[in-house]
Amino acid sequence: MKAVYERPRVLKDVATHYCPGCTHGIAHRILAEVIDELGIQGNTVGVASVGCSVFAYNYIDVDFQQAAHGRAPAVATGIKRVVPDTIVFTYQGDGDLASIGAAEVLHAAVRGENITVIFINNAIYGMTGGQMAPTTLEGMRTTTTPLGRQPAIQGYPLRVSELLATVDGAAYIARCSLHNAANIAKAKASIKKAFETQIQKKGFSLVELLSSCPTNWGVPPLEALKWIEEKMIPVFPLGEFKVKEGDAR
Amino acid sequence: MTHEIIMAGFGGQGIMLIGTLLTYAGMKEGKKVSWLPSYGPEMRGGTANCAVVVSDEEIASPVVTEPTSCIVMNGPSFAKFHKAVVPGGLLVLNSSLVKVDDHRRDIRVLKIPANEVAREIGSEKVANMVCLGALVEATSCVTLGSVIRSLKDVIHERHHDLLPMNEQALRKGASLARAGT
Amino acid sequence: MKMSATNHSVNSGVKILAEVVLMKGNEAVAEAAIRAGCRYFFGYPITPQNEIPEYMARRLPEVGGVYVQAESEVAAINMVYGAGGAGGRVLISSSSPGISLMQEGISYLCGSEIPCVIVNMMRGGPGLGGIQPSQSDYFQATKGGGHGDYRLIVYGPSSIQEMVDIMFRAFAVAEKYRNPVMILGDGMLGQMMEPVSFPDETPPPDPRSKPWATTGNRGGKSRLLSSIILDPEGLDAHNWRLQEKYRRAEKEEVMWDMEKADDAEWFLVAYGTMARVCRAAMTMARSEGIKVGLIRPITLWPFPKQAFEAVLPRAKGFLCVEMSTGQMVEDVRLSVEGRAPVYFYGRTGGAVPVPKGVLKRIRDMVSGKTPSITDYYDRVAGGERK
Ligand SMILES: Cc1ncc(C[n+]2csc(CCOP(=O)(O)OP(=O)(O)O)c2C)c(N)n1
Ligand code: SF4
Ligand SMILES: [Mg+2]
Repeated sequence: MKAVYERPRVLKDVATHYCPGCTHGIAHRILAEVIDELGIQGNTVGVASVGCSVFAYNYIDVDFQQAAHGRAPAVATGIKRVVPDTIVFTYQGDGDLASIGAAEVLHAAVRGENITVIFINNAIYGMTGGQMAPTTLEGMRTTTTPLGRQPAIQGYPLRVSELLATVDGAAYIARCSLHNAANIAKAKASIKKAFETQIQKKGFSLVELLSSCPTNWGVPPLEALKWIEEKMIPVFPLGEFKVKEGDAR
Repeated sequence: MTHEIIMAGFGGQGIMLIGTLLTYAGMKEGKKVSWLPSYGPEMRGGTANCAVVVSDEEIASPVVTEPTSCIVMNGPSFAKFHKAVVPGGLLVLNSSLVKVDDHRRDIRVLKIPANEVAREIGSEKVANMVCLGALVEATSCVTLGSVIRSLKDVIHERHHDLLPMNEQALRKGASLARAGT
Repeated sequence: MKMSATNHSVNSGVKILAEVVLMKGNEAVAEAAIRAGCRYFFGYPITPQNEIPEYMARRLPEVGGVYVQAESEVAAINMVYGAGGAGGRVLISSSSPGISLMQEGISYLCGSEIPCVIVNMMRGGPGLGGIQPSQSDYFQATKGGGHGDYRLIVYGPSSIQEMVDIMFRAFAVAEKYRNPVMILGDGMLGQMMEPVSFPDETPPPDPRSKPWATTGNRGGKSRLLSSIILDPEGLDAHNWRLQEKYRRAEKEEVMWDMEKADDAEWFLVAYGTMARVCRAAMTMARSEGIKVGLIRPITLWPFPKQAFEAVLPRAKGFLCVEMSTGQMVEDVRLSVEGRAPVYFYGRTGGAVPVPKGVLKRIRDMVSGKTPSITDYYDRVAGGERK
């Protein structure tokens, strides 16, 4: 009998610490599938960031380094410069990447650093208990925007993919969503494309994944998925924002 | 006399609330009190617990490693804390959710079917109060009256319609403890 | 006496604070700052101090203040530099990894002589470490984690009430010396609830009342807040002037507490939450007939050397207890200057010394079983920690 669905080899056979209904787990799975399919497990180094995914190395069975909050792209740069033929990726949340680490990710792209960034946008600081993130939507209540995010006071949500697409060093930038099966399939295809971009040495690649945080949004998991579709996608449109054609640099 | 109390269960069982309520009641009685919660991502999906100290003397440490009494509202909490109770101490066990026959014999174990009792009163949500009522009765760390009088200050005003149910649950827990369930 | 409670699971919005309230340390410290006239807060989330920014986000707008969630601790401390320099009464808080990121900014604040109050609810390091209480940032706070010859005035309160009272003093001292002041708490002090009462409110200062604050020169002489002095003679002079300030603080700001010192022969030395644990151990030891006292530094810098002078003639030994591998103990040794043996007991990473463990070390000290401090490290290697 042919198996139609099995655990990717790269995904360790352990229960995760994520909350029920959290899409971090889905992101891990499709990332693991891509690493499996590309056959790069033995030649890949991950960089874990600081956020709910801080223990990503417990689930994805490749070499890992744990970076300080926001600094994963800088750490990845260091790794890549020492072992350029190794596939290097970071896995970062929106607080980590778009707030404290905004400079690091921007300048990794500016340098055309040949790494892949998996960017989990859940519009909130998950791990620390639901504070405002740079991606928090207008009007959205968080523990540090008790009256809802007011642009006059807290500014506007940051569109990372659009921003990074303007940087010449960026080779592949896409935003996908994890709210249903069709979109998860698309997200996986984008992650694969991002890794292929790196394998072909084309430069910086990033895939932004719209993700849910039922715990800190204060809604049941299914409602959270609906919320991604209805509230997040209008602010964070899906698609490929940069696809560098042609040969390696 | 110093009562060092741990209360534990899963998130949503109202563990932090009964901890606060007891601490507040102790304060009202003029006792020295402290309340210390478990915190951070460790609480995600696991057990939530808090340590309450009620004493006649200055409180040395709000950290409780060897409780004189303990409430465990679910299985994982039982596993985590039942060995920690000091010999001769008290364990209030929510027998609706913790199914064990095999427990220590050198401590007093009060098996309270808190969820069932609470359901009879009107809502499983007050199972925490049933357990607290039992603990207060069995330890006399504060009086039941102080706890009942504290309810209105600790529970948010928007839930004040539930005060009578909470009071009933506290009383029921106390009477079960008196009966020595 | 009227009382009310705040509870982290029930609490939403701010209650009217009656005379004695039951409050979380983090919330109490935030409320104390507001009552001490603070109207500006810049922060970034980090456990175990999140209730401070969250409280400020709710409460500051109510009193006409400003709360900004910065993009990082690096940004937050530089917002403090700007706001404090413009004459605002400013608070910033974080926990260990975030405080590390602020070190550059703190050095600049000292160099440019800008007052502010910094709260560090310490957690275990190094690196990301853990989120449980610790006291391992003592060196960073008291010896200067950033570059240059500067000092912070550092307080180590041991209860929520003391932390609240110190907040008032902290702003006054920061402005008196035009220097940042740090309140060094730990995760336990931040997360626990205790009864607390608040002193009367102090109104916020008018930024324009500070002659050095950059609020626009209004046709007068322009003011400059800067730390760059390229001329060696000029920088040397600046540094010695800062030192004069620090010497004055050493004379005027030192605070400590002594308990059962009158007849004590042996002394526990501890600050913050560890002092409470030591107090319990002291009582236990005394019931065994061991004459133990407690020295509790309240200012960690300036360090209360005077406390040791007073008891040294009859002290047989000092036991320093910390939630670290031994940091304040170095200041204890400097104060004792070899005139009596100094011992150490500590645990880290959120493992908290308990009274029984301290009692065991007291017994060891008294019976001569703990020959020297260096010996401690060998004992740890042997696994004797509890
Ligand atoms: C220097 C520093 N500041 C703050 C923190 C606390 N911290 C841990 S995770 C986190 C935010 C995580 O949010 P995000 O990156 O969006 O990830 P999520 O948990 O939502 O997946 C913060 C602020 C830290 N560890 N280090
Ligand atoms: S807090 Fe949010 S992001 Fe973190 S594991 Fe839970 S649901 Fe996922
Ligand atoms: Mg996030």
